[in-house]
Amino acid sequence: MTANTFRRRTSGHLVAAVSAAIVAMAAPLGAETPVRGGTLTVAADTEPRNLNPAIVASNGVFYVSSKIVEPLAEMDYETGLRPVLATGWEGSADGRTITFTLREGVTWHDGTPFTSADVSFSAMEVWKPLQNLGRTIFADLEAVETPDAKTAVFRFARPTPLQLIENALPAVSAVLPKHLYEGTNIAENPANAAPVGTGPFVWGEYRPGEFYRLERNPNYWAEGQPYLDSIVYRVLPDAGAKAAALETGDIQLTAFSAVPLTDMARLDAIDGISVIPGGYEGITYHITVEINHRRAELANPLVRKAMRHAIDTAFIKDVVFLGYATPSTGPIPATAADFYTDDVTTYAFDPARAEQLLDEAGYPRGADGNRFSLRLRPAPWFAMTRDTGDYVRQALQQVGIAVEIVTADPGGHIRAVYTDHDFDLAIGSPVWRNDPAISTTILFQGGLPAGVPFSNQYGYDDAAMNDLIARAAAELDRDARIALYREFQQKVAEDLPILNLVDFTFITVARDEVQNVANNPRWATASWADTWIAQ
Amino acid sequence: MPWRFLGRRLRQAVPVLLLVAVGVFFLLEMAEGDAVDAYLAATGAGDAGLAAQLREDYGLTDSLATRFATYVVRLVTLDFGQSVAFSRPVTEVVASRLPVTLLLMGSALCLSAALGVILGGIAGWRRGGPTDTAITVSALVLNAMPGFWLGLLGIILFAVKLRWLPLGGIGTIGADLTGLAAIVDTARHLVLPVTTLALTYLALYVRLMRAAMIAAGDSGWALAARARGLPVRRIVMRHLARPALLPVVTMIGLQAGAMLGGSVVIETVFAIPGLGRLSYEAVTQRDLPLLAAILLAGTVVVVLANIVVDLAYRRLDPRVADAAERAEGSA
Repeated sequence: MTANTFRRRTSGHLVAAVSAAIVAMAAPLGAETPVRGGTLTVAADTEPRNLNPAIVASNGVFYVSSKIVEPLAEMDYETGLRPVLATGWEGSADGRTITFTLREGVTWHDGTPFTSADVSFSAMEVWKPLQNLGRTIFADLEAVETPDAKTAVFRFARPTPLQLIENALPAVSAVLPKHLYEGTNIAENPANAAPVGTGPFVWGEYRPGEFYRLERNPNYWAEGQPYLDSIVYRVLPDAGAKAAALETGDIQLTAFSAVPLTDMARLDAIDGISVIPGGYEGITYHITVEINHRRAELANPLVRKAMRHAIDTAFIKDVVFLGYATPSTGPIPATAADFYTDDVTTYAFDPARAEQLLDEAGYPRGADGNRFSLRLRPAPWFAMTRDTGDYVRQALQQVGIAVEIVTADPGGHIRAVYTDHDFDLAIGSPVWRNDPAISTTILFQGGLPAGVPFSNQYGYDDAAMNDLIARAAAELDRDARIALYREFQQKVAEDLPILNLVDFTFITVARDEVQNVANNPRWATASWADTWIAQ
Repeated sequence: MPWRFLGRRLRQAVPVLLLVAVGVFFLLEMAEGDAVDAYLAATGAGDAGLAAQLREDYGLTDSLATRFATYVVRLVTLDFGQSVAFSRPVTEVVASRLPVTLLLMGSALCLSAALGVILGGIAGWRRGGPTDTAITVSALVLNAMPGFWLGLLGIILFAVKLRWLPLGGIGTIGADLTGLAAIVDTARHLVLPVTTLALTYLALYVRLMRAAMIAAGDSGWALAARARGLPVRRIVMRHLARPALLPVVTMIGLQAGAMLGGSVVIETVFAIPGLGRLSYEAVTQRDLPLLAAILLAGTVVVVLANIVVDLAYRRLDPRVADAAERAEGSA
C-alpha cells in the first residue's frame, strides 16, 4: 500500500520508486536484528486444568507453560538438541549413569537460585512418580545425586540408552522449584495453576474462558532475551472466529491447526498473513486404523493386508488433509531421519488385490455383497480423524466389508477402545515423540493391562515383536539401537497389527510481523524466548 | 405482597430439583467413560497405575450406591465440592460464569420480546397487508437460520469488514477499564451476540403477538370499544395490545430456562465465558459436581423467572389477580 502510493506520486522517478518499494517491503521481513517490545496475542488452544508440565507432559500444557517452566534441553533443527537448563550431559559406558552439568546464573522467577537440588527433586518426586510420560521413561531411575550445586547424576537400576533419555528431555524434563513444592501435596500445589519457573516469561493472569497473560522475565539467563513484553493467549473456541480474529489482527497467530484446513488457502492469500507448515516435526501425529484382534476375521493377517490394500492413503492426504500430510510406510515418520527406514513391505492401493486376499482368507462376498461387517470408532478429537473414518468406511465397503460408524465424545472413546475393547476398528491419532520408546512401541507391545490409553489394547501379542521391543529398549549402542528400530518397522509392516495411513504435523498461521516462527521442531511447545514482533 | 404464593412456588421447586439431580447422576453414569477417561484423552498419554491413582483421587472407585449417597448428601447440604475439570471450587467456577450468561440472556430475551411485541403488534394490526407479510417472512427467515451462521455473518460484516464492533469476548483484554468506560466496553462486546440471539428468537414473539392481536381484534370488547367511538390509538393500546401481551409474558417465562442452556453455540462463536459452554465442558469432562451445580443454578433461575411472570400476570390481567386472592383467602 505504502509502496503503491509512493510510486504514483513519483511516476517520473520509477527507479527510485521501485527501490523505495523494495526497501519498504524488505524492512519487516529482512530485518535481522530483533526488536524488543510488544505483546504477542495468540489463539489459546485448550484450557488445561493443570498447567504443570512436569506432571502433565502434553501439548496443550506446554503451549502455555513451556514459556515459564524450562526443560533441561530443547529440540533444535541444527544441533538436534539445544542445551537449556543443562549445558552438557554424559552417559556412562554401562548405561546406568547420566551426569548433567547445569547452567550457571539461573534464578527462579521468585529470585531463588536454581540448583541441582531442584533437578533431583523434580526427577525423583515428580517426573518418575507423577508424570504421564515420565512414569514409564524414568521407571528405572533409582536416585539423582547432587555432588555440587551444578551437577546432577541420574542413577538407573538397569542400563538405559542415553539416546532415549536425550530424545525424551524436551518433553519430560521440565524442572520445578523444589522450595515451592517440597513438603506439599505436589498434585494440588497452587503453583500448578500459576507456574513458577526459570523461563523467559513469568506467570501473569488467567481469566477462565477469556485469556492467559504471561509477562517478560527481566532476569532471564539468556542475554537480551526474551524480546516480547508479554504473550496473551486469547480463548476463541470457534474455528471460524479464530480465522476472523487473524484477519482483524485481534490475534497474530494460531498454532496446532486451530484454523480449519479449508480456510488455509483463503488466509494464505490475504496480505500480511502466512500459513506456516513447519515447526512441529518433534510432535508428528499418525493417523492409524486400530484393529481389534479379538475378532477372528481381524486376527487373520490376510484380512489386515487386504484392508491396507483397500485404503488409498493418497486420497486421505489430498481430500482429508488438503495435501498437508504424508502417506506413511510404518510407525515412525519420515521426518525422524535417524530412525526411519523406507525399506519395508509396502501395500499399494489395489482394491482388486484386497478382494483376492479376502477371498483367500475365506471370507467371500455373501448374497448381499458383504463379506462381514465391522464397527468403526473414529477418534472424536480431530476433524481429520472423523473424516478419515468416513473415508475408511467407504473404502472397505468397496471391497465388501460393511462398516458401521460408532461415535462417542473423547472420554467415551478412550473408555470404549482402551479399557472395554468395545470396537472392531478405530481411527487413532498416536503421537511420535522423538523416540520410538516414548509413545510408539507401546502401540505394539503385548501384555499391557487394560486401561492404558494410546497403547496396544488391540489383543495383538507377538513373542518376536515383544522381544524386539525389549531388546531395543535396553540397547545402549546408538547404531545398534537404530538398527533394531529399523527391524521393528519392518516387522510392523509385515504383521500390520494396526494400519499406519498418513503422518501429519500441525500448521501455524501467523501475521507476518511475528518473527522467528516455527524455528525449531517443537516450536509451539518451546520457550519463544527469541520470538519478536517487527514494528 | 403474595408471600404465601412465593413460598408455595419455592416449595414446589424442591421436588423438581431433586428429580433433575437424580436424572443427571444416572445420565452421566450411563455415559461411556468417566472423568479419568476424559482427562486421559486430553493429556494424550498415561499408564494403568496413573488411571487407578486418579480414580482413587476423584472418588470414582466407590460403589454406585456410595457415590450416589455422597452426591445427594452434598446436594442437599449445598456442598458442591471441587470441580474435577477445573480443579477449583464448583461454586467459584459457576459464580464467575452465571452473571455473564444472565446478562447475555436477559438482554437477548428483552430485546427479542420488545421487538417481537412491536413488530407483531404492527403485523397484527395491518393483517394481510404488505407490512404484515414483510415482518412475518423476515422473522421466519431469521428463525430458520442457524445461530452460529448468523453470528459468523455478523462477525464478518461488523467486526472484520466494517471494524465497528469487537469480534468476541466480553471485554477488551488488558484494558483494565473502570466505571462508565467498562460498561460501554462490555456493551460493545455484547451487541453482536445479543442481537444474534434476539433475532433467532424473534419469530416466536412476532407470531404470538400477531395472533393474539388478531384474536383480540375479533373480540366483542374491541367491537364495543369501536362502537363507543374511542380513538384508534386507545383501542390498539388498551383493548388489543394489553390482552395480547399475556401469551407473550408466558413465553418469556418458558424461554428463560431454555435460553440459559441454549446459548452454547452463541457463547462458542463469540467466545463468551458463560454457563452454556461451561455445561458443555462439564458433560464432556464427566464433571458431576460441576454439572449438578450448573443445573441447580439453572433451576433456581427458571423458578425465579416464573415467579416474576406470575406476578406480571397479576398486574396485566385483573382476572388472575382476583382468582389468586380468592384462592389465597380460602387457603
